Amino acid sequence: MSHAELIDAHAHFYTEESGRTDWQAVNDARLEAGTLMGVTAHVASILGTWGNSSPTYFPSPDDITHGNEAMLGLARAHPGLIFGYCVVNPNYPDHALKELERRFEAGMVGIKLAASRRANDALVDPIAAFAAEHGLPILHHVWQHRRREWPGQEASDAIELVELAQRHPDTKFLLAHIAGGGDWAHSLRAVCNIPNVWIDLSGSGVDSGMLEAVLEAVGPRRMVWACDVTMDTGLAKLRYLESLELDSTDLDRIRSGNAKDLFPAGVFEP
Amino acid sequence: MIVDVAAFIGAYPYTHLPESSPEYLLAQMDRMGIGEAWVGHLPSFLYRDPAPGTAHLLESLEPAGDRLRPVPTIHPGLPGWRRDMEKAKDAAAPAIRIYPMHQELSPDGEAVKESAIAAGALGLAVVLTVRFEDVRQRHPLDAAPDLPPSAVRALARADQRVRILVTHAGRAFVEEVHFGLTAQEARRVLWDVSWLWGPPENELRKLVTTIGAERFAFGTGMPLRIPDAVPAKLDLAGLSRGDRAAIESENVNRWLQW
Repeated sequence: MSHAELIDAHAHFYTEESGRTDWQAVNDARLEAGTLMGVTAHVASILGTWGNSSPTYFPSPDDITHGNEAMLGLARAHPGLIFGYCVVNPNYPDHALKELERRFEAGMVGIKLAASRRANDALVDPIAAFAAEHGLPILHHVWQHRRREWPGQEASDAIELVELAQRHPDTKFLLAHIAGGGDWAHSLRAVCNIPNVWIDLSGSGVDSGMLEAVLEAVGPRRMVWACDVTMDTGLAKLRYLESLELDSTDLDRIRSGNAKDLFPAGVFEP
Repeated sequence: MIVDVAAFIGAYPYTHLPESSPEYLLAQMDRMGIGEAWVGHLPSFLYRDPAPGTAHLLESLEPAGDRLRPVPTIHPGLPGWRRDMEKAKDAAAPAIRIYPMHQELSPDGEAVKESAIAAGALGLAVVLTVRFEDVRQRHPLDAAPDLPPSAVRALARADQRVRILVTHAGRAFVEEVHFGLTAQEARRVLWDVSWLWGPPENELRKLVTTIGAERFAFGTGMPLRIPDAVPAKLDLAGLSRGDRAAIESENVNRWLQW
């Protein structure tokens, strides 16, 4: 592993259908900031039309198809730099499996589940089984300690993700954005002894003690550096991790090595 | 010399902080190249009477008084709050902190306005905190709403000597207040950058373009948050050297000499 490698395992891009006129500028800004930060791979998804023609967290089949197609287009336009997650909505089981089949064939490297259906719901099982069969990780949106329903999404919390992970011990799950605004300590309690759940460090949160708590709960082998929608906080957490004077092997694992283990073998090789 | 305008010592009542001492602040400041910090007493925002918290703050910061400047909490709903404010002035505080939403005071009511005017008359800035934590993260008993933008507008209009430093405000909040004030009023409001996100949305860069770098200050929120976030934000914002220097220290230093 080279110390220079840095894989952002939770990125997003936009398209002309995303309901914002500055979509291209935002995409460019991600790549520009990534270059400044030393990001060597952006593993990204497009959540349908981001609410433009169906809700971000409940995307329609047509919007999912559009987003996945655009995501593949970006990956093809930036080979070796941008990689795609296949987004699916478990409420459309046939569409979900067809999308997975054809996007996996086309080179997508993981599955993104947002918040269309609770993680422990039976409709998610075929998707988790597909992931295990094809060696694809599932990046699962998680609300860190969901104490009530929140509008706009059917968010899962870590306890529900753990139920799914225990039903599918051969599937690798990436718990999304531990720093995404909720109670991260609650999630760490839930996943600490679940070996097939990794922690994505993204999110706008930069709480003191959080990274140390993640290290203590799951260790450096299950920590995956990522940014999501705030790259500045991703950079801050990376620098803070460096200040902790971790073993260089552990730091390399968090920067890129764990992601390489999660995703299909060789996808990040030149 | 970088000036951190939003640091604290002391415990946070809703969760454990691994470190919250003056020594911790100094160590982090050294690591980040921060020369001076404005330091509040964190738990005082919930104290019925913050005066004992201020006494503890002054005593704790005294050994490092050349780098850690006290920012005592004032409760404008208590009898004798003016005496507390004068003590803050005597302790060479650059500012005082008021928490209307946690002190159960109308944020644009007479008590808060009166205290802001009194602070201005003494040459003290007023620090207002929009929020300590994201609403999704808060303890179930932490039910105080965020500070509303209307409160900042009302205080900025209250008197020409009132100067307000707002911490932990997001982009929409900043814009609503800034463009809801006259240019003269807006010059008496500074914003810390802690809740303005970097790329790909580039909120900080946009705000520097639209309202000017002279309106911002460097605030980390230590020890609630790791201090690395603010330099990272500035590094990615594509600012000129002059704009960065303004945010890191020049704005707040110039503003205090108003």
